[in-house]
Amino acid sequence: MALEGEYLGMPVHIDKTNREYFDFFSYCGKRELRLQQCESCHLKRFPPTTACPFCAHPESTWERLSGCGAVYSYGEVHHAIQPAFRAHTPYLLLLVELDEQRNVPEEFDGLRVQGNLATADGELAPPDLVRQVGIGSRVKVLFKTIGTDLAIPLWVVDDEVEQPDNPWRYPIE
Amino acid sequence: MTQELNASSAKYLRGKYAIVGVGETAYTRGSGCTTRTLGTRAVRAAIDDAGLTTDDVDGMMSYSYNDSTPSPTIAGDLGIRLNFHMDVYGGGSSIEALVGIAMGVIEAGMCNTVVIYRAMNGFSQVRIGGTGRGGRSALSGSGLFTRGGGLSSAGQMFCQSFMRHMYDYGTTPEQVANVKVIHSEHAANNPKAYYKQRTTVEDVLSSRMIVKPLHLLDCCVETDNGTAIVVTRVDRAKDCRHTPAVIQSVVGRCMKPRGDTHYQAGPISTVAGHYAKNILWPNAGVGPEDIQVTGSYDAFTFTTLLQLEDYGFCKKGEGGDYVSSGVMRLGGKRPNNTSGGHLCEGYTHGVNMVIENVRQLRHDVDDSCPVGPDGKRQHTFDYHEGGCRQVKGVELTANLGWGTPGIGSAMVMARGG
Repeated sequence: MALEGEYLGMPVHIDKTNREYFDFFSYCGKRELRLQQCESCHLKRFPPTTACPFCAHPESTWERLSGCGAVYSYGEVHHAIQPAFRAHTPYLLLLVELDEQRNVPEEFDGLRVQGNLATADGELAPPDLVRQVGIGSRVKVLFKTIGTDLAIPLWVVDDEVEQPDNPWRYPIE
Repeated sequence: MTQELNASSAKYLRGKYAIVGVGETAYTRGSGCTTRTLGTRAVRAAIDDAGLTTDDVDGMMSYSYNDSTPSPTIAGDLGIRLNFHMDVYGGGSSIEALVGIAMGVIEAGMCNTVVIYRAMNGFSQVRIGGTGRGGRSALSGSGLFTRGGGLSSAGQMFCQSFMRHMYDYGTTPEQVANVKVIHSEHAANNPKAYYKQRTTVEDVLSSRMIVKPLHLLDCCVETDNGTAIVVTRVDRAKDCRHTPAVIQSVVGRCMKPRGDTHYQAGPISTVAGHYAKNILWPNAGVGPEDIQVTGSYDAFTFTTLLQLEDYGFCKKGEGGDYVSSGVMRLGGKRPNNTSGGHLCEGYTHGVNMVIENVRQLRHDVDDSCPVGPDGKRQHTFDYHEGGCRQVKGVELTANLGWGTPGIGSAMVMARGG
């Protein structure tokens, strides 16, 4: 059994033996952002792992998160390496810090998810949108269906909350 | 969770091992030969440089991204029978780690003298910057976040740490560009450097953007080359040709917490050197203030800066001032990457920065100064373009190797007696 799909012309195949990722993306297919929560220390973690990085306990449950967060850092790709992304430059590599579990277990720790900035219909963000987003921008998850029971998380500007006046951007546009 | 190392004891082999030979092929884009040829030539050159013969070598190590030729083949071509060999996976942060392993296997009585090499056609065959190689295989699991997110090259993987450093500390593009400027000045005094042209801050900032905050000239060159060093015990080094570079301390692939996903832990503008320094300096018995020449890995301008900060050469957050103050320049207080490093000399995954510091410690860097009757260059210490690049009276150097923001290696070397 496997999750099968295609994204930007790239085939996707997640085998059931890759249990943690299979589960994560299966939940994405149900439009739920769920992360593993340790059954022993109860800390959530990302990305999917086979044991708890905080206490090494092997068992976890999948807890649903709000899917809301802020841009913690970003990169802006102008020279794409992969052919699939060449038509979409510049595109943003977001590091999104989720609202849950900030500064836990230590100060400056958090649940940070890598992902691309997208439009509301799930396309990679065009240049004018790219230029509006920086560190501090409020974003929320958007699930893009890429196969049967399979979706991936992208990030969109959260229009339902107040945005910072000037999200921090690299000083040269 | 912190594991304290008692790194102050003499049992950590301070001063017992040395790099006695160094060798390299030309830094080119188009070697016209295999990594087998590059490796063989570099290893042979390093053995010759040490004043040894192939019969004196019985250990060999290399590292690669499955883009090279393993040591049994290189040894075989040179007729060397090995008592020990090991070929490991990896790039940046490998060379210092392998020096430490070489010391360990010699200490364990497994062999006497080890050659370590890196042979790569990093431009003409497997480009680290990325060729889309492997791009046809299916995205599976974590690959959906990396390749599936347009996140695969080194610059793409590191850019968020660099950007956050600018946000956290106000580091400016102009400050960071100085790393390239200074390394290009050094390369202009290095006849072997691939790029010998001097570069300005304006050149860096006007070069095309690759992945913000990295312009093209914030990224290192990709080249084809073989590089090698010879490690042996200090008591054997006295029979060698040159003044040995004596190893005072080594750190190998030290990690940040959650080093594989370093962006989950702590401030991401802090890198592995923050942890590595707690092994490096106590083991060496010296601190950053004692070091005269640094070799801070410059895969990108930013990697040099972040490491110098986290190893304590300046206060955290003041790396931008440090790299633009002139300290790192030839003639400055503590020059960095005097060969031009990865940004200008050539890309070797760290070996050329070790080779350069070995030559600095010999007081015999291969610049354009005239060679005297003793076969050594008569250094002028005049650092004008095309001139000398020997730092005066070098006794102590540090190499700071970078794997990722989460993984780093380091080494302190001293001029032997």
